[in-house]
Amino acid sequence: MSKSSETMAEGKERYQAGVIPYKKMGYWEPDYEPSATDVVAMFRITPQPGVDHEEAAAAVAGESSTATWTVVWTDRLTACERYRAKAYRSELVPNTGEGTDTEAQYFAYIAYDMDLFEPGSIANMTASIIGNVFGFKAVKALRLEDMLFPVAYLKTYNGPATGVVVERERLDKFGRPLLGATTKPKLGLSGRNYGRVVYEALKGGLDFVKDDENINSQPFMHWRDRFLYVMEAVNRASAATGEVKGHYLNVTAGTMDEMIERAEFAKSLGSVIIMIDLVIGYTAIQSMAKWCRANDMILHLHRAGNSTYSRQKNHGMNFRVICKWMRMAGVDHIHAGTVVGKLEGDPLMIKGFYDTLREGYTPMSLETGLFFDQDWASLNKVMPVASGGIHAGQMHQLLHYLGEDVVLQFGGGTIGHPEGIQAGAIANRVALEAMVMARNEGRDYMNEGPEILNAAAKWCSPLKAALDTWKDITFEYESTDTADFVPTATGTN
Amino acid sequence: MAMSNPGNRVTQGQFSFLPELTDEQITAQIKYALDNGWAVNIEYTDDPHPRNTYWDMFGMPMFDLKDPAGILMEINDCRKTFPNMYIRVTAFDNTHGWEAPRMSYIVNRPPNEPGFKLQRTERDGRSMGYTITSYAADKPEGERA
Repeated sequence: MSKSSETMAEGKERYQAGVIPYKKMGYWEPDYEPSATDVVAMFRITPQPGVDHEEAAAAVAGESSTATWTVVWTDRLTACERYRAKAYRSELVPNTGEGTDTEAQYFAYIAYDMDLFEPGSIANMTASIIGNVFGFKAVKALRLEDMLFPVAYLKTYNGPATGVVVERERLDKFGRPLLGATTKPKLGLSGRNYGRVVYEALKGGLDFVKDDENINSQPFMHWRDRFLYVMEAVNRASAATGEVKGHYLNVTAGTMDEMIERAEFAKSLGSVIIMIDLVIGYTAIQSMAKWCRANDMILHLHRAGNSTYSRQKNHGMNFRVICKWMRMAGVDHIHAGTVVGKLEGDPLMIKGFYDTLREGYTPMSLETGLFFDQDWASLNKVMPVASGGIHAGQMHQLLHYLGEDVVLQFGGGTIGHPEGIQAGAIANRVALEAMVMARNEGRDYMNEGPEILNAAAKWCSPLKAALDTWKDITFEYESTDTADFVPTATGTN
Repeated sequence: MAMSNPGNRVTQGQFSFLPELTDEQITAQIKYALDNGWAVNIEYTDDPHPRNTYWDMFGMPMFDLKDPAGILMEINDCRKTFPNMYIRVTAFDNTHGWEAPRMSYIVNRPPNEPGFKLQRTERDGRSMGYTITSYAADKPEGERA
């Protein structure tokens, strides 16, 4: 059988008016080897019943690059073979299909020539990769699992405005996770009351306090009031401790102009950090990252909205892809899971996110969900933020799973302390420093964690109160987004 | 008079919320730095302002000294020389992608920590400019302890 009958039709046959399978239009090339200048996307495809999985992969390649539903002769005016995305591999996802409870899904690898994308534009790249194709009828469900970006393409992005290294140097904080908290209640406090929470938490020992994602400028608190009172609190706490302190002032607003106005005001008051929400969109994020780079500002991103498309396994996109895009777009902080807290997070998947944000090179690692060897081209590292239902009693687990380049955010775990906010902050800081010290001393801190915390609680009564209050609080639910591959034992016997 | 924060002290560095480090604890931390291939440096100052980046170096970073006991001797030498200064131990990582300090902790403090003054400058509207100064640096450099 000739190759052309299976895959690409040629010449006159290919360009006859009408509808032909995507495979025959040249979007399926099983022999193709991605070049060093190809962007590669890996999709999880659930084909419609009766649709061949290779045809589905070709259709996804077609719809996310040059194809339309019918043949167009105008293709022949272009170097169309170059611009066609090429699906080159499609394989059954483990534990799906016949004999399982899940309908067949396929991992499809699709290569795109770098010239398909405008340099330095997340919006342009995503308009292709997740543009029309997710609503395409030939696939029942579709999920973008991972992407590989060539160094040449990555170099068209600035990357994080500040990055982990410079953030630490600017804050003069090394060798331990940073500590934060989100002001609670998230809605309803006046500016004056809001600043009280910030002052108490920072003076007690936290490095950062944070606006929540939906604190912008509401009837109970105008944004300027918040900024003014918060910066009074930040500066008072800094003078009281001799440390650089910060508060993520959320500049999210209805228009770019308003966001820039708020960012400028934060800068004029001496804030070291501002904040945006993922829902402002990729272009706005890139614009704010450029502004931060030009104004010596750290940029915190709250991932508001991501679970609408990242949580379910069969459709949407994996959060690791968001991590990659946000590192390129240029944020310095991103919420990326806690493992032990109240929000979604399988330990191995979260390791994959954290590695994507913090490493200079991430090798393929199927058990953590990384499908490609990715060279990060010296783009700055992003500081992951762990937030949501964590407390001092979990410090050993947090340090073990998340490492030291992370912001640990104890909102309820600070503000809900029975002896007050400062006491909550002290408890967290003492627990953190005691655990880091024990780790550095070579102790088996993961197993001895409770012991280490109890020993510190003997001389630190706020820590004792924290441990007593939250000792039984855990969030043991099954994760929905888990690895498809399990590490295989490599016994030598 | 002491600073008003819960520990009544400057809280910079990795371990300022813990009791003063013993020589044994300091040695364990030095060993951790050396095991990671980091160079240990000793720095001192009488001005702990949060933006005072360049404390004075007590000699050069000890790139070639691999013995924690030897480094502890240097630290104790610095403490003896400047008993009324802040002294911190910093560990530098020269690997690609870092090339920055990876540890920093205080091992000596003055007996009295006077803290910082917060100066407010009222500006347009209700906007405020903030300046923090160290009380310890109020006196001319030549007249400080």
